[in-house]
Amino acid sequence: MTATQPSVSLADRAPARPAGPRPRVPGRAARTRRKWYEIIGLTGPALLVFTLFVLVPIGFAVYYSLYRWHGYGWPTEFVGLDNYFGPLGAFRDPIFRDGLRNNFIVLVGSLAVQGPLALGIALLLNRRFRGRAVFRLLVFVPYVLAEVTVGIMWQLILQPDSAADSFLRSIGLGGLVTGWLANLNVVLWTMLFVLTWKYTGFALILFLAGLANIPDELTEAAAIDGASWWQIQRHVTIPLLGPTIRIWMFLSMIGSLQLFDIPWVTSQASVRSLGASNTMATYMVEEGFNQRLWSYGNTVAVILFVISFVAALLFQRFVLRRDVDGALTRRAN
Amino acid sequence: MRLKRRSGAIFALVATAALVASGCSSGGNNSQSSSGLYKNPVTITWWHNANTAGPLKDYWQKVANDFHALHPTVTIKISAIETNDLQRNRIPAALLSGNPPDLFQAWGGGEMVEQVQSGYLKDITADTKTEVASMGPAANIWAVNGKQYGLPYDFGIEGFWYNKDMFTKAGITSKPATLDDLKADIAKLKTAGDTAIAVGAGDKWPAAHFWYNFAVRECSATALSNASTKQDFTDPCFVKAGDDLKSFLATSPFQAKFLATSGQQGASSSAGLLANGKAAMELMGAWDGGTMQGLTPDQKEPTFLDWFPFPSVPGAGGSQNTQMGGGDGFACSKKAPPECVEFLKYIVSPEVEKGFSATGAGVPTVKGAEVGLADPVLQTIAKATQSAGGIQLWLDTAFGAKAGTAMNDAIVAIFANKGTSQGVVDALQKSAGR
Repeated sequence: MTATQPSVSLADRAPARPAGPRPRVPGRAARTRRKWYEIIGLTGPALLVFTLFVLVPIGFAVYYSLYRWHGYGWPTEFVGLDNYFGPLGAFRDPIFRDGLRNNFIVLVGSLAVQGPLALGIALLLNRRFRGRAVFRLLVFVPYVLAEVTVGIMWQLILQPDSAADSFLRSIGLGGLVTGWLANLNVVLWTMLFVLTWKYTGFALILFLAGLANIPDELTEAAAIDGASWWQIQRHVTIPLLGPTIRIWMFLSMIGSLQLFDIPWVTSQASVRSLGASNTMATYMVEEGFNQRLWSYGNTVAVILFVISFVAALLFQRFVLRRDVDGALTRRAN
Repeated sequence: MRLKRRSGAIFALVATAALVASGCSSGGNNSQSSSGLYKNPVTITWWHNANTAGPLKDYWQKVANDFHALHPTVTIKISAIETNDLQRNRIPAALLSGNPPDLFQAWGGGEMVEQVQSGYLKDITADTKTEVASMGPAANIWAVNGKQYGLPYDFGIEGFWYNKDMFTKAGITSKPATLDDLKADIAKLKTAGDTAIAVGAGDKWPAAHFWYNFAVRECSATALSNASTKQDFTDPCFVKAGDDLKSFLATSPFQAKFLATSGQQGASSSAGLLANGKAAMELMGAWDGGTMQGLTPDQKEPTFLDWFPFPSVPGAGGSQNTQMGGGDGFACSKKAPPECVEFLKYIVSPEVEKGFSATGAGVPTVKGAEVGLADPVLQTIAKATQSAGGIQLWLDTAFGAKAGTAMNDAIVAIFANKGTSQGVVDALQKSAGR
């Protein structure tokens, strides 16, 4: 298209300009070549780093996972998929299956609790009132604290007869007191509580940013039409916040699948080894490093990767598609 | 052609002679290699496990400073890391990465065999003959196939650390000698309203040690040695150990919610509970006094402490006066500078060992250094170590990391009322195939 335009204008001006050599217009092939130089030049370094530090390690992990190997020397004992499906493989180990289950409970729990909670707070904080900045800060502080700090803090609070128990007793709920970190049926819910405490602030800050992008005109127009505050939120604000909510769901989902630090720091090794609070990631470290089962640890890493990858792809395909259309998938019309 | 070959032969002869000469001078003449010592500035990285604030941590710093003052070319860089993390994660990862610390904590046994087989450790046999001779059999745990790869600075047997005052209050007049005595004492303590035994089951190994001790009581020396060297766990004594543990757990001797109690960290850990009068006993190694020092409000070892060895188990088939124990040592990694060995020898020299025993953190290994023990409890342990019928190294150390972790997990399952005696043996056998 652009190629025809100059020739047309040249034809128009032909009488004004004496005949001379036709100006060189780069041919299609030359321009294609230049485009490819640009693509290679600009993406090359990133691709190289990505290949070296992401793709190659993934390849190695897959390779190691096919061997029985304890980290000494080069792996030699090929066992095929035994580390995955064999009698001693990951999928036959009830503790790994517990970890997988825990990951999914955390995933569903995070989406179901943090999302609505953060959305409610965000809608409230989006109104103007005194002390709004302070309140925003308070909700966001847990997210800024380092994971390990949070983990140790809650471990201390949740010790038997420590702060949490005293608090419950002082408000007359002493009957609820249990081994928050010792009762095998409770520990996972304790973890979910700590995670909610920590990560609601993250959802909140995303939602507040999303809300700031919704033009006031829309809500004002709705208000003039007689919509109540609730109706405005339900029919104007929340639908327009959709892309933000969906991207938060995506991040939360991947974070839940790869969860490591809070269960690792806050819950005890014994409780994890009994499958009460372990995740795929803590299981990977405990088996891979602590037992020095390097190839088995790689197996778990590969499983974790595949699950996260498939979940991410499915989410992109079915939920995020309308938000990222054009940016990540095909060209927008 | 002929000439060429001859000149080649002469060249080879000269080269060989030169090689032989240089080989002799470096291998046979120690004074030359040691004259190279302390010439160039070197930094020795040292990983030890005295990570909690306390006398031992300070003492190691002093030892490093003193050595630097003696030999200014040697700078020592210390990293103090919690035992379990150090042993299970940091050291293996560092060795694997090819950039290990020069001098690091070594516990001997199966783990050391693995490290030696992988060529990670420096053979220090020739340089440490004097030190080994002054230590007796304990040093053998740091040797593999007759070659020395590390030296212990601390060796003691484990037993029950207990609160004399709480025992008196509960009407207990003598130390329990048999398991039945111990069970009777537990009942008395519970009647008096106290927690009988604190256990740091959260860390897994403090709980697992009960099973280890029952295994030592139930199993013959042959069965234990077959388990360590051949990964043969078929002897029925290992199932009996689990049964003993189950009947012991039936007396509910431990603090509430023990699955979430750590062994050594903070006042709510098992050591903290004993140190602060919240529990009457704890089964722990000789280092416990040092640990407790850091966990009391006044940072002093409580005066109410005393100690007795793991009691005999009536009717059990193993040795009733073999005690389980272990020690702490250090090993130099293969590429460490020769100064590393010199520093290791300095650490186990009688003077430094005397200073170590004065910290109350353990039982010194070098003969004569025990006079430094100020703590009467450690003197008791030192005597019991000397008079023990036999010494068995910690089972998880003896069996190696793979079997050790699987065993500990299965024992913790018994503590959580989710496992069986056979489960421990199954886990051990399964781990051999992984």
